[in-house]
Amino acid sequence: MSVAVTAAQPRSVPVEEAPLRKPRKRLARLILPTYTVFLMLYLVTPILVMILYGFNDIPGERQTPRFWGFTLDWYRTMFDDPSLTQAVRNSVVIAIVAAAIATPLGTTLGLALGRYGFRGKAAVSFVIFMAIAIPEIVLGSSLLSMFVQAQAQLGFVTILLSHIAFNTPFVAVTVRARVQGMDRSLEDAAQDLFASPIIAFWKVTFPIILPGILAGLMLAFVLSLDDFVITNFVSGQLQTFPIWVYGATRIGLPPTVNVLGTLLFVAGVALALITAVSRRGEGSE
Amino acid sequence: MAVTAETRHRSRPHGIERRRRRVAYGLLLPGGGWLLVFFLVPFLMMAYTSLKSGGVLSGGFRFTWEFSNYIDALSGRQVFVMRSLMYAAMTTIGTVLLAYPAAYWIAFHGGRWKNTLLFMILLPYFVSFVIRTVQWKFLLADTGPLLGTLKDIGIVPADFHVLATPIAVVGGLIYNYLPFAALPLFVALDRIDRTLIEGAYDLYANRTQAFLKIVFPLSMPGVFAATLLTFVPATGDYVEAEILGGPTTKMIGNIIQTEFLTRARYPVAAALSMVLMLTMVLLTSIYAKALGTEDETLAAARL
Repeated sequence: MSVAVTAAQPRSVPVEEAPLRKPRKRLARLILPTYTVFLMLYLVTPILVMILYGFNDIPGERQTPRFWGFTLDWYRTMFDDPSLTQAVRNSVVIAIVAAAIATPLGTTLGLALGRYGFRGKAAVSFVIFMAIAIPEIVLGSSLLSMFVQAQAQLGFVTILLSHIAFNTPFVAVTVRARVQGMDRSLEDAAQDLFASPIIAFWKVTFPIILPGILAGLMLAFVLSLDDFVITNFVSGQLQTFPIWVYGATRIGLPPTVNVLGTLLFVAGVALALITAVSRRGEGSE
Repeated sequence: MAVTAETRHRSRPHGIERRRRRVAYGLLLPGGGWLLVFFLVPFLMMAYTSLKSGGVLSGGFRFTWEFSNYIDALSGRQVFVMRSLMYAAMTTIGTVLLAYPAAYWIAFHGGRWKNTLLFMILLPYFVSFVIRTVQWKFLLADTGPLLGTLKDIGIVPADFHVLATPIAVVGGLIYNYLPFAALPLFVALDRIDRTLIEGAYDLYANRTQAFLKIVFPLSMPGVFAATLLTFVPATGDYVEAEILGGPTTKMIGNIIQTEFLTRARYPVAAALSMVLMLTMVLLTSIYAKALGTEDETLAAARL
């Protein structure tokens, strides 16, 4: 009998205390969301500044801290500087090709790590973690050391090879996470229904891990488009968009950089949203 | 009849096992091969380069076991190494302190907005890293929109007194690495079993106790991954120091960059880079031993 009484007590106490706690709880409930909103504002501020100053009606060619007025001139003339246009084109082409090659490489790697046990698995996992965590400058300088040693001509090809090298691990971890989260019994069921392993893979496994592959592809594309440090080491004379911007920083940036940055931002966000919405449509998330 | 059925039954799993292993190595080969050639071989080449002697103008470099490159590389450079470690430590503490409350709120109260809020945190990654940093330079400039009285000056003056301070550099580093820290923190917090927290309340824990005894310890893998993913890359970073800093805020990355790309002293630059990498590996493994395991790191690093 006494056991029942003591067992019942803990449950009743928090209920009685609840009204007392409420005012504090309500305040606490406001602090964290407010903080989160401010943090997001902080994260978004430079982006808003970039977008706003793309409309800056400056008298000269270089961006000023003062906002002179609203103009669409820079949107009209954004492709007027041939070197800048070429740099943007290089960036986009390299990002597309690097992502297209890194995605299958990373996907197969992620599949191997997520589904199979094999000798050397821990070592491969460690190399992948290192590749993600190592300072970019170390990666860049080691790649340059190799290219110098091999007397390779620095340029488009060396940038591409390097980008694929740093993208592949990111695709691999994204796909691995998806593979590990999937239900293996589905694939077993398909094989029980006389599907060959290859058919079972394409009909069952592949559709399930496809969101992971697409996320990896997106990540690879964005990382490649954005990369400065490694590219700076292996690019030679070739300029990508971040390299062009970095070089022009000293003399001041033309507002067309804001415009191109804004367009790349909008395109990236749109692409990510489309991917997310189409994934929701599949009902797999 | 019974014997063949028996042997077939016994041999089948074995054959499948062998085939699975062949498939695994087949899948591993392309990506693993690429990483071998463009990740591991370059490190060996860098180590090899760091022991060469000679110069670009004096007939190229020869491999001569030139260990003095390491002394050369480090003499007078300790200040840059220490400064980089300091800045990276400040950046790490800053990002984790700033990101943790937001990651906590999104994980526990984000509800159906979780993905949207995470996306908001990742938004900066859709703008080039260099452009983001340049915008801060712009915002923080003496005459800039944030600090400045909007003086009417035609050209941006080379007057970056506020900018060329450690605060500007660390601030820029914190900004750029914040999303990197927020993601693993969120993943770790989101994974915590809510019934454990309810259990703590049932055992008379108040909110602070529940957080300190349950939530925080269980989020440690996330903290571990966040600190690592911030500290290690921040130590080698040189873009913030270059754009937001001045002569007194140069980091080790700036030195490596100059030695490699401007002065073309490849052996010395490679030696410096080796020192940076080995320092990072050493500190990381000490940290991993002290705080967590590599498995936890890998688990939390799965963005």
